[in-house]
Amino acid sequence: MLPILFFLYHAVVIIALSVVIITRRNPVHSVLWMLVLFFHIASLYLFLNAEFLAAVQIILYAGAILVLFLFVIMMLNIKHELNADICIGEWPIGVAIGLSVMTLVILGIGKFSHGPMGQASIEAVKAETHTKALGRVLYMDYLFPFEIASIILLIAIVGAIVLAKKEKASGG
Amino acid sequence: MNIIETMIYPILYPDTIIGVVAVILVKIALVLGVTMLHVAYATYFERKVIGHMQVRMGPMRVGYHGLLQPIADGIKLFFKEDLIPAAADRTVFQLAPIVMLFAAMSSLAVIPFFDGFIIADINVGLLYLLAMSSLGAYGLVMAGWASNSKYSFLGGLRSSSQIISYEIAVGLSLVGVMIMSSSLNPKEIVLAQQQHWYGMYLFPQFLGYFIFMVGAFAETNRTPFDLPEAETELVAGYFVEYSGMRFSLFFVAEYVGMIVMSAIAVTCFWGGWSIPPIFIKVIPPLAAVPGIIWFVLKIYIHVFLFYWVRATLPRYRYDHLMALGWKVLIPLALLNIVVTAIIKFMN
Amino acid sequence: MNVNLPFPDLAPAMPEIVIISAATIMLLLELFFKNKGVLAFMGIGIAALAMYFVPMSIGDTFNGMFKSDLYSIYFKFIFLLNLMLTIMISLQYMKREKAEYGEYYSLLLFATAGMMLMASAKDLIVLYLGLELMALSTYILAGIKKHDIRSNEAAIKYLLLGGFSSAILLYGISLLYGLTGTTDIYSISVYFKFQGSSLPVVMAMMFITAAFCFKIAAAPFHMWAPDVYEGAPTSVTAFMSIGPKAAGFAVIGRIFYVAFQSLQADWVPVLIGISILTMAVGNILAITQTNIKRMLAYSSIAHAGYMLIGVIVGTSEGLSAMITYLLIYTFMNMGAFAVIILLDRGDEIKDYEGLAKSQPLVAGLMLVFMFSLTGIPPTAGFIGKFNLFMAAVQAGYAWLVIIAVMFSAVSAYYYLRIVMNMYMKDMTEEASITPSPTLALALAITIMMVFAIGIMPSLVIG
Repeated sequence: MLPILFFLYHAVVIIALSVVIITRRNPVHSVLWMLVLFFHIASLYLFLNAEFLAAVQIILYAGAILVLFLFVIMMLNIKHELNADICIGEWPIGVAIGLSVMTLVILGIGKFSHGPMGQASIEAVKAETHTKALGRVLYMDYLFPFEIASIILLIAIVGAIVLAKKEKASGG
Repeated sequence: MNIIETMIYPILYPDTIIGVVAVILVKIALVLGVTMLHVAYATYFERKVIGHMQVRMGPMRVGYHGLLQPIADGIKLFFKEDLIPAAADRTVFQLAPIVMLFAAMSSLAVIPFFDGFIIADINVGLLYLLAMSSLGAYGLVMAGWASNSKYSFLGGLRSSSQIISYEIAVGLSLVGVMIMSSSLNPKEIVLAQQQHWYGMYLFPQFLGYFIFMVGAFAETNRTPFDLPEAETELVAGYFVEYSGMRFSLFFVAEYVGMIVMSAIAVTCFWGGWSIPPIFIKVIPPLAAVPGIIWFVLKIYIHVFLFYWVRATLPRYRYDHLMALGWKVLIPLALLNIVVTAIIKFMN
Repeated sequence: MNVNLPFPDLAPAMPEIVIISAATIMLLLELFFKNKGVLAFMGIGIAALAMYFVPMSIGDTFNGMFKSDLYSIYFKFIFLLNLMLTIMISLQYMKREKAEYGEYYSLLLFATAGMMLMASAKDLIVLYLGLELMALSTYILAGIKKHDIRSNEAAIKYLLLGGFSSAILLYGISLLYGLTGTTDIYSISVYFKFQGSSLPVVMAMMFITAAFCFKIAAAPFHMWAPDVYEGAPTSVTAFMSIGPKAAGFAVIGRIFYVAFQSLQADWVPVLIGISILTMAVGNILAITQTNIKRMLAYSSIAHAGYMLIGVIVGTSEGLSAMITYLLIYTFMNMGAFAVIILLDRGDEIKDYEGLAKSQPLVAGLMLVFMFSLTGIPPTAGFIGKFNLFMAAVQAGYAWLVIIAVMFSAVSAYYYLRIVMNMYMKDMTEEASITPSPTLALALAITIMMVFAIGIMPSLVIG
């Protein structure tokens, strides 16, 4: 009973927060609400005994990425956005598409049957400790995707530098 | 159940939920109380130490050699008027110091003060510490932005970029310790250090320790990295618009942050509550000294280091600060990780 | 904790490893070479080396996440060919556009590696990461002319819409994972053989289809293509109009033929609808364009529509006809872009008025590529279309072929309008060209292949 209540609380709050985030006029407030959202997601990870992911969720998303968001948004002059229309002209189309996809998803959830479970159940993770379990899976079973992901990050860095670097005076 | 039974209930039944919760609450109250007392006197000793280093006396008036000064300061701040600028974003402005203090205080939860005394013994304690210290940045940024003043704003910007940059170095510097102890749990890190005759990772991880301490100074916004609050440039940086109680919350958060950073350093590099086994072999009576004494002593040494550096070094220039973080500390920390991993792999 | 890490068998992934390591080394070498042309030639050499490894690389590796088979090998040939031709046509062009960065060539290599991973992915996670590797590199490439506002616009548009399509793809993948408990494409296929279709399965399929239709620029997910193709540097447009499209088809083929094989009744009607809509949108909107890059963007949308027929027919002939078509499309499309790059001013359709009088050879080349894109014999384009449509007729989709042929006839209008502009209009301004050896080589290869395949179809068929 307690786990279900716990999950229900998180599910409801996460959905509510997502709505709050996209409806704030002030982007700084949106980012701060997002911080609250990230905490709830981290707490869901804890619920699965995924303590490593929970901590990393906060360190990386809340501690690094979101602070950078905030950093950029603060540098913009948001006075204009505060008074701008929050909806673009085509909003009825967006609402129609959104509602139809939502109907589909709700209909789909009713018929959803999950496939066979893997070995990393909540108890198994607890027995092995999450950090160890994650390390084993990441560096043994999923080594290849892990390496590709590192290349993707490298490209992101290279791209940011190529596009943002100042040109030398005497032509590159 | 009468009142007395209610009071001793947790002691009688420590395994029930109420018992567990009560024990935790007592532990929290104890840790917070002791920490706050330390914070109060940390300010006093800072003024005294720096005073003597600059050949003056420091506070002398309130009580014997100014011993009651922190209490007088506290009362003054408590009764001061709480101002909120008219153009400020009120909610965020009010939240900022609370977030900051929350981040600093909650770090205390996973610190092993002595054998068996830890509020929350979790497996990823070290990561939790990093997570909480990264949250501190929000307090600064929120304060800087919500005050709607250019000094605060500049302070907020500086601090967010500074903290993000140095957080990476601090996190990486601890990886060496994690590799050596094969654990993220602070308690197990301390126990792992006792396996060696030198009893402290300070020696094999001297590079990591150096990087960690430099990063700790930057993360707590202490001199020589106090650019977010540089008085001479930004008046007082991000908290320039704060007064009274809210100002003191920032102040407390800074000192708690300093103590937490010292505690992490002590746990990861100085062997926590234990002393090197070789000392005990040489002088057996030392084994009888309770762990908390060693722990607190080591903390005092680190806090003193904070004062000492403040009295000695001038403030960094901003671009130098960034260059040091990205071009020196992070590569050094990575080198440290690689070397540590290779040595661990060889054995 | 002591674990024995089994060292994976690297041989099947050798081409990818060669490309990725070379691209990383080139990032470093970039610092030492003032003349970025060195890197370009290195890139061509690396592509050739990888091509040498491709036929030898058959097998599964990395815990069965990577699968190199005949199917992926064909696609890898196309990707590497595309890479080589792109480098050849960009050498002079990037210098002229003052956007000569060494990273440009590394990013081309990385993007190609991403496509190759997509073609070889046996696991949905590898597939997704390959896609991101490709997409991220192409976003940057589209914006590499950073002083050109249209290039910036192209990059931003591509990034935002590409990000959405990735999110939709991930949603589809996560649904599939939830339904089947695995991300392995072959295990998913086994699962569906026993379980059959249900609403959540259709939803997962729908999301995945939407995401890849975005990558191949099929309607109604084609909106980004004209703006991005127009704004991006022309050499990058050439690269993007072939590479990501081919990679998208590689994945569509793999997913629909393997994972969703038993659910054909569900996806075939959807793909037929998309295919017809794509041909209609591409061919009809191309007519009104005045910018040749936009026109080629719509033309590439239309070609995606034809190629989808190859997937729809559901036979191995259909798939191989699709691959052949992609190969032929690589030559003729790259050739057309090479001509655009060769001209100093060649972005607008009216720039081609009277080209036959000032530059008869260039006009002749353009004529052949336009004929080939239309599908007129004896060019390769005819063989590709014929082959594809034959496969469809054999599988009983004659009515779909009739529609496709009708739209093909529509396409003659806008392709031949350029020919008419070149040969029948008076010259308004003398056209000038900047030839370079590599560009000439690219043109020679493409024109040769267009004729060779057109005259001897046995080169690519069978």
